[in-house]
Amino acid sequence: MATKEKTQTADSMLDVEQTFRDRLAYMGRFLWRDRSGVIGLLMFLIVVFAAVFAPLIAPFEPLEQNLRAAKMPPAWDAEGSWEHALGTDNLGRDLLSRLIYGARVSLTVGFFGVLIAAGLGMIFGAIAGYVGGRVDTFIMAVVNLVLSLPYLLFVVVIASILGRSLINVILIFGITDAPIFARVTRGEVLRMRESGYVESAISAGAGTGRIIFDHIMPNLIGPLLTLATFEMSRMIFYEAGLGFLGLSVPPSVPSWGNMLEAGRKYLTSYPWIALWPGLAIMWTSLGMNLLGDWLRDVLDPRLRRARR
Amino acid sequence: MQRYFLFKAGQSILLLLGVLVLVFFLVRVTGDPARLMMPREASAEAVEAFREEMGYNRPLLVQFGDYFVGVLTGDFGRSLHFKSSALDLVLQRLPATVQLAATAILFAIIVGVPLGLVGGFNPGSVVDSVGRFLALLGQSIPNFWLGLLLMLFFAVRLGWLPSFGRDEWRSVILPAFVLGLPTMGQLVRLTRSAVLEVRGEDFVRTAKSKGLLPGTIYTKHVLRNVAIPLVSVIGVQFGYMLGGSIIIETVFAWPGIGQLLEQAIGWRDYPLVMAIAVFTSLAVLGINLLTDVAYAVIDPRIRYGH
Repeated sequence: MATKEKTQTADSMLDVEQTFRDRLAYMGRFLWRDRSGVIGLLMFLIVVFAAVFAPLIAPFEPLEQNLRAAKMPPAWDAEGSWEHALGTDNLGRDLLSRLIYGARVSLTVGFFGVLIAAGLGMIFGAIAGYVGGRVDTFIMAVVNLVLSLPYLLFVVVIASILGRSLINVILIFGITDAPIFARVTRGEVLRMRESGYVESAISAGAGTGRIIFDHIMPNLIGPLLTLATFEMSRMIFYEAGLGFLGLSVPPSVPSWGNMLEAGRKYLTSYPWIALWPGLAIMWTSLGMNLLGDWLRDVLDPRLRRARR
Repeated sequence: MQRYFLFKAGQSILLLLGVLVLVFFLVRVTGDPARLMMPREASAEAVEAFREEMGYNRPLLVQFGDYFVGVLTGDFGRSLHFKSSALDLVLQRLPATVQLAATAILFAIIVGVPLGLVGGFNPGSVVDSVGRFLALLGQSIPNFWLGLLLMLFFAVRLGWLPSFGRDEWRSVILPAFVLGLPTMGQLVRLTRSAVLEVRGEDFVRTAKSKGLLPGTIYTKHVLRNVAIPLVSVIGVQFGYMLGGSIIIETVFAWPGIGQLLEQAIGWRDYPLVMAIAVFTSLAVLGINLLTDVAYAVIDPRIRYGH
């Protein structure tokens, strides 16, 4: 292999421009295909690390107010200081500390939201796919109804009715996002029922429970894990959107969405307050999308993103 | 073909019924609707009087029947804040939202589809890498946050564009750009993967071996098949945008349906919120139906079998 590549390169050395472009393209491919998943995973792990060890790494208490040090710019600004590396907000709270604690809220919402959505979706999807008939028709009618609705609008309306709390936000995302997991699960179960190995397991006398847990579940994990990564990224995104509208966790909780909402009021005079939480959301979302793309390629090349 | 449309139309009507049930019970069952809509400091008597006036003390099914008949006859309820027809209020805001959504979707198509096509026909090329990078960014950047930054830069610092409202044609540029960005990213990826898939199909090889010109192959065989998934996604996204992007419209103070929803929530004007939710769902269902029609026109497989 190596020698073959070498001769090819040597041949095309005659055309310098071609070589350069080839090499760029090759490097691009290399980065995209092999490194992106690793980069995504690293980016995500940094956020997880920040969330788990928040009390140890955050220089200040996220709720600690210090009006004398309010609206301080980041450290590299002439008026900033390294004591508050990313500056402070309108109440003099340290933005770096709030950012680190904010990772906790986002990951909690994303993780438990996906856990509930995947749990509910798998149960109903598996029932629909396995039982079939009227049960299937009914479950899929509800699934299609929810999936054809304008998602964000309903999330906003429900959140405004239920009021601001972490549990509410998790439940809203967990329940409204279950249909997509149900649809994917049902599709996979149907496909597997048709496939040879389930049939041969049945003819070998395996019971329903054994077929579900030994033969169907292991094959579901790949597509569902990929979907879970994308959906978690989406939930983190939407949680921030809700927070921005003042409809997510209570205002006292340091979440990225709440920080954005507060920063928006001071956008023209103290833009850094809104800058950091947006960057944090982008970082997390980028990491998870890279990770998800990579997982999809590795685990299941057939799965396409099912919607939206 | 007719049966197909009838089936789809029937499905839409069922979905509409589902929407009405969902919206109605969301507001009624999750708590006390009178408490939800009255100010927090309202006295018990005031809440009771409000309940009586709105008829919230009647049996739920009777209330739903009323509501259902109302919506069918074009009565979406009355706004508590404006004391006028909720549907009229929504319709007043519709032109702004349509303008924003149409501009955003046009931007997404004009940038996203060509990038995806070039990327799909030349995978690994520089354009492909740029396209995929833009797609990834478009789907990872919180677009409302980007809207804030762009507003700060182009409107406040440079003064090139208006920062909010809808007073001149240039007002639409920033909100439409950020609203269309995620869809643009999605279109790049979808177009690219569709081209890659279709290019490998047997009928393309057959067309090549028949000696058809590359141009004919691309337009007649490849593009037509690539268009099928695109139509679906564009339809769905346009439907969502028509519902008003509540966050983008709030950021730019764009006087559309999304901003109205944000205000209605602030006023606890739930009859208006319900009207917006139902109207938006209707718009989305309508667009989906049109998408299905477009599907059948493009794809003979749907027209003749299922």
